[in-house]
Amino acid sequence: MTATEVPAPDDTRTPGGNPLGFGRMLRKEDARFLRGQGRYVDDVVLPGMLHGAVLRSPYAHARLVSIDTSAAEAHPRVKAVITGQTLESLNLAWMPTLSGDVTAVLATDKVRFQGQEVAFVIAEDEYSARDALELIDVEYDPLPAVVDAKHALDPDAPVIRDDLEGRTDNHIYDWEAGDAQACEEAFAKADVVVSEDIIYPRVHPAPMETCGSVAHMDKVTGKLTVWTTTQAPHAHRTVYALVAGLPEHKIQIISPDIGGGFGNKVGIYPGYVLSIVGSIVTGAPVKWMEDRSENLMSTSFARDYHMHGDIAATKEGKILALRVNVLADHGAFNGVAQPTKFPAGFFHIFTGSYDYPAAHCKVTAVYTNKALGGVAYACSFRITEAVYLVERMVDCLAFELKMDPAELRMKNLLRPEQFPYTSPTGWEYDSGDYPRALSEAMRIAGYDDLRREQAERRAAAESDPSVPLMGIGLSFFTEGVGAGPRKHMDILGLGMADGCELRLHPTGKAQLRLSVQTQGQGHETTFAQIVSHVLGIPPEDVEVLHGDTDNTPFGLGTYGSRSTPVSGAAAAVAAQRVKDKARLIAATSLECSVDDLEWEHGRWFVKGDPTKGQTMAEIAMAAHSSLELPEGVEGHLDASVVYNPPNLTYPFGAYICVVDVDRQTGVVKVRRFIAVDDCGPRINPMIVEGQIHGGLADGVGMALMEVIAFDKEGNNLGGSFMDYLLPTSLECPSWELGMTVTPSPHHPIGTKGVGESATVGSPAAVVNAVLDALQIRAADMPFTPAMTWRALQGRPMRPDLAIE
Amino acid sequence: MMRVSMRVNGAQTEAEIEPRLLLVHYLRNTLGLTGTHWGCDTSNCGACTVWLDGLPVKSCTTLAAMADGHEVRTVEDLADGDSLDPVQQGFMQEHGLQCGFCTPGMLMTARALLDRDPDPDEATIREAISGNLCRCTGYENIVRAIRWAAEHQAAQAREEAAL
Amino acid sequence: MQVPAPFEYERAASVDEAVALLARHGPEARLVAGGHSLLPMMKLRLARPEMLIDINDLSDLDYIRTEGDEIAIGAMTRHAGVLDSAVLAEHYRIFAEAERVIADPIVRNRGTVGGSLCQADPSEDLSAVFSALRGTAVIRSESGSRNVEMRQFHTGPYETAVGAAEMLVEVRLPIRPNSGSAYEKVERRAGDWSIAAAGAFVQLDGEGRIADLGIGLAAVGADHFTCEEAEDALRGGTPSEEAIARAAAICAEGCQPQADQRGPVDYKRHLVGVLVARALTRSAARARGEAA
Repeated sequence: MTATEVPAPDDTRTPGGNPLGFGRMLRKEDARFLRGQGRYVDDVVLPGMLHGAVLRSPYAHARLVSIDTSAAEAHPRVKAVITGQTLESLNLAWMPTLSGDVTAVLATDKVRFQGQEVAFVIAEDEYSARDALELIDVEYDPLPAVVDAKHALDPDAPVIRDDLEGRTDNHIYDWEAGDAQACEEAFAKADVVVSEDIIYPRVHPAPMETCGSVAHMDKVTGKLTVWTTTQAPHAHRTVYALVAGLPEHKIQIISPDIGGGFGNKVGIYPGYVLSIVGSIVTGAPVKWMEDRSENLMSTSFARDYHMHGDIAATKEGKILALRVNVLADHGAFNGVAQPTKFPAGFFHIFTGSYDYPAAHCKVTAVYTNKALGGVAYACSFRITEAVYLVERMVDCLAFELKMDPAELRMKNLLRPEQFPYTSPTGWEYDSGDYPRALSEAMRIAGYDDLRREQAERRAAAESDPSVPLMGIGLSFFTEGVGAGPRKHMDILGLGMADGCELRLHPTGKAQLRLSVQTQGQGHETTFAQIVSHVLGIPPEDVEVLHGDTDNTPFGLGTYGSRSTPVSGAAAAVAAQRVKDKARLIAATSLECSVDDLEWEHGRWFVKGDPTKGQTMAEIAMAAHSSLELPEGVEGHLDASVVYNPPNLTYPFGAYICVVDVDRQTGVVKVRRFIAVDDCGPRINPMIVEGQIHGGLADGVGMALMEVIAFDKEGNNLGGSFMDYLLPTSLECPSWELGMTVTPSPHHPIGTKGVGESATVGSPAAVVNAVLDALQIRAADMPFTPAMTWRALQGRPMRPDLAIE
Repeated sequence: MMRVSMRVNGAQTEAEIEPRLLLVHYLRNTLGLTGTHWGCDTSNCGACTVWLDGLPVKSCTTLAAMADGHEVRTVEDLADGDSLDPVQQGFMQEHGLQCGFCTPGMLMTARALLDRDPDPDEATIREAISGNLCRCTGYENIVRAIRWAAEHQAAQAREEAAL
Repeated sequence: MQVPAPFEYERAASVDEAVALLARHGPEARLVAGGHSLLPMMKLRLARPEMLIDINDLSDLDYIRTEGDEIAIGAMTRHAGVLDSAVLAEHYRIFAEAERVIADPIVRNRGTVGGSLCQADPSEDLSAVFSALRGTAVIRSESGSRNVEMRQFHTGPYETAVGAAEMLVEVRLPIRPNSGSAYEKVERRAGDWSIAAAGAFVQLDGEGRIADLGIGLAAVGADHFTCEEAEDALRGGTPSEEAIARAAAICAEGCQPQADQRGPVDYKRHLVGVLVARALTRSAARARGEAA
């Protein structure tokens, strides 16, 4: 498929009223969700089930002096209390993180962040379990906390990880990419150099459903079943086998309906492990569901990148080079979930969507007394940070050059003929037509009219401070999603390929088994459409099975927008194999040569005689019948695939945001948001648009209100939904979407991932719009009214620290 | 312990409960009506929205004891057998849900809105659902879903009147 | 999920029964109405009443009506009832403007006027509204009923003049002809508590001078949710831009905001100035019968 070829829309409707293959199709999963019949982890009730609750540290940094659990154990409904000491005896007090570090399941020596797990109570009911938490007496010896990442490496900073042999500081790693020398040279001959400090503050994915699990160890069969909120059930199974020494074939992970993930449900949390230990200890199933504060305070945060960018350009606005130094706050344990060889995730895609030869980044990661995490919240392995950096720097350059930011971008965007394009930091962008996407966004926005209106507004505002300022912000993003090629990408040594099994039953109805796990993305619908697209059978005849490791092939799960690029490709290849085999069987049935058969809408027929043919259903029956098949052709009709992606897919888009800012109060109102996305052909445009809408709301959230700050003692200041603000329907405008379609040349059906595009691309557009309104070059998000007003006063505040 | 009895989705229910039992737990755990979810502890998210005497309330911040002798309605009662309520149809037609977790609360809020105002404009809808957080949809398709329901139930009513 | 510690529960069928139960069970008993302030505190186990007396059955306290030249608002009136009240819409637009930004529509179905005032959160919008309007609280106990000026009602953060065996049953307001009122609030997001909020009413005499006015302030540490010095500065004068600006500046100076994640002190003070000026300006315009 070339970059200009798009599959022709097929207007055929199936008996169920659905499109045959791609097209708008109502979701299969809605039938249960709309009736309140979804089955989420907290809906799981097993006979004799007990309930666990976690006691958490009130301190960010303290030595554990003693824990007295006797009063809790004496509670009449308490079955067991587990402490770090209990776990030490089982060699389970620590577990490996996904980044080569270890993290405490329950603290044994010190607590290292507020909210860290200290003890686990198992009781007959949830209320009693929580009552018993108050009966545990813990003596702490508080220590000074490392709160500001900028001081984590100070010589006198307290050493957080004294559990690690020989540790004398809080340094985790230094990592770099690109060519520092080439950058030096480019900066030396640049007309203009702009430097800026940019914080992408700590935020949280905060799915509506918190994390939890129900573990059941069957003593008789030795089988462990865990219903859990995981985006990666197979990876979890393997990790439990490795960590707990349990036989992997005796572990079944069931990820039922998941109430949103956004990266929050990739990691393995102490609570999951504790529910398993609790079931082993008590012999009964144990449920653990965290509350919202626990979710916000202890599970995977996102971002927390303190960046310094330098951009070099000619005075005409041709970008020559970009370099960035990052101080990465990883919290108390390095628990970042990303491919092993990429300690800063895919951050080094920070050169963005522009054509320039030199780039370099250096990332220094440090420990602080905060929760662990780092890669989450629809970030595509830190491409959010990368896009934010480059799109802010381009706007800073436009500000210095007094050039329209759209014009500056247009001047520097990669041109269609440059694809496939190898970036200065080594990424091979597969396909794109960037100027077309930006032009389309500007057309929808009515860009020139907006700039005219802005000029009029600014003139009027000069004499009247109550006139709101108007700002127009742009961002252009390129993502690399669908991790990834096995030889480059693994998590804990597990290559990032995904399996898929497709089976056609004798009557032609199909089951598709996936390794990935939906958290709302609509896999049950979209993947059926992929099979339908290739095999020509109605999508309602394809049942998608996922989320149960006993019934699905191995694979690494859903995050980093990888489902369609990896598993979607696997499904397409499996369907193609079935189709190819069906041709052999049809040729046998029809007693003709394979080469004589032509394909149309789910049917092989003899060339020149369309009446002589077989539908997939007929072929499926034949495949299971007594029909004698040619040598080498097995009976039945199925295929199994492990898809190893040759490259990432590179979706892109152009976003424009329009805001109004009340100068007197600092209140920012998003008036319009225009998003033009290109993710290749859209399997189900309705679902793609829905995902983009959600990501745009994330952008408004991060740009205007979402942040987890800490005070000097390391207290988490975003520990509830009263403090950690998610956007409501009132902050979100009615999104205006557009699209271009540039297929991926290496994906079997040309599609690219899209789940995180809008979350990645939109924050910069909102921030650029606010700063454009204020006519200042830089200030950090979130632009709460106070942050905006202080920025306007020329006294911006740091978002990551307590406001004083 | 205390005894409570209340009508839930038209059926009389009774149980011996602790006075501190939250209504959301009475529905989910005592009665097994797990369609009602919870997403926070602070009455901010609205995932637990049910009707108490015909008005949407947040059942995570309501005691089951408070509902003693009263009438509760949950998402399980919206459909009439196989036939979905117009708001449920609207959410399906306009893709007003993704992970489905906020959906039951959203539906109960939406139904109450349309009962009070059968023809709400976009601004009215946005205000009405502002106490129900959704992390997936960016609200756009929820607004459209409720508009869809308003238009279709009006059309339905016209058809019924014509018969 | 967070759950409250155990407590005893009783329901009161009348005000008499409620105050009798309070008297019988002593200071560890608490009334609960909507519960949207109290229950979250109990879930965090920051509040641990031994007994809750549920007064949701007291629907006879759910009213907004005119009585002569006064408006009476029953303590069990839900926020949604205040927002929708035709009586208040006619006399005091400040209520609808304040209510529209209190929590969210679902919480407003349950939360009550009495509960909000008695919780006495320093950020409570209704406290600022009633303080601006100089309402009168009617408090009942077994020994009878007493009135407390709303400006004396709050004795400190989370503290009120309502005694342990007493119950707020009603708030009364004078009807003020030729007046207008307004509420201005800045929040980080819909449903959040105020960063700062200001409410006002302005009553004009025949010459367009300010016969009377009231200012209410929420979330900024203003004494009794108001600033009488600013009111005194304006009373008797014309509501000119300069006069209003002066009064707003007095409010900004006189309040005692605390820095928190909603904003630093300088910003909150600045905001008080802006919001007071806007509330007064719109109130005066409304008093003149202009759209505002």
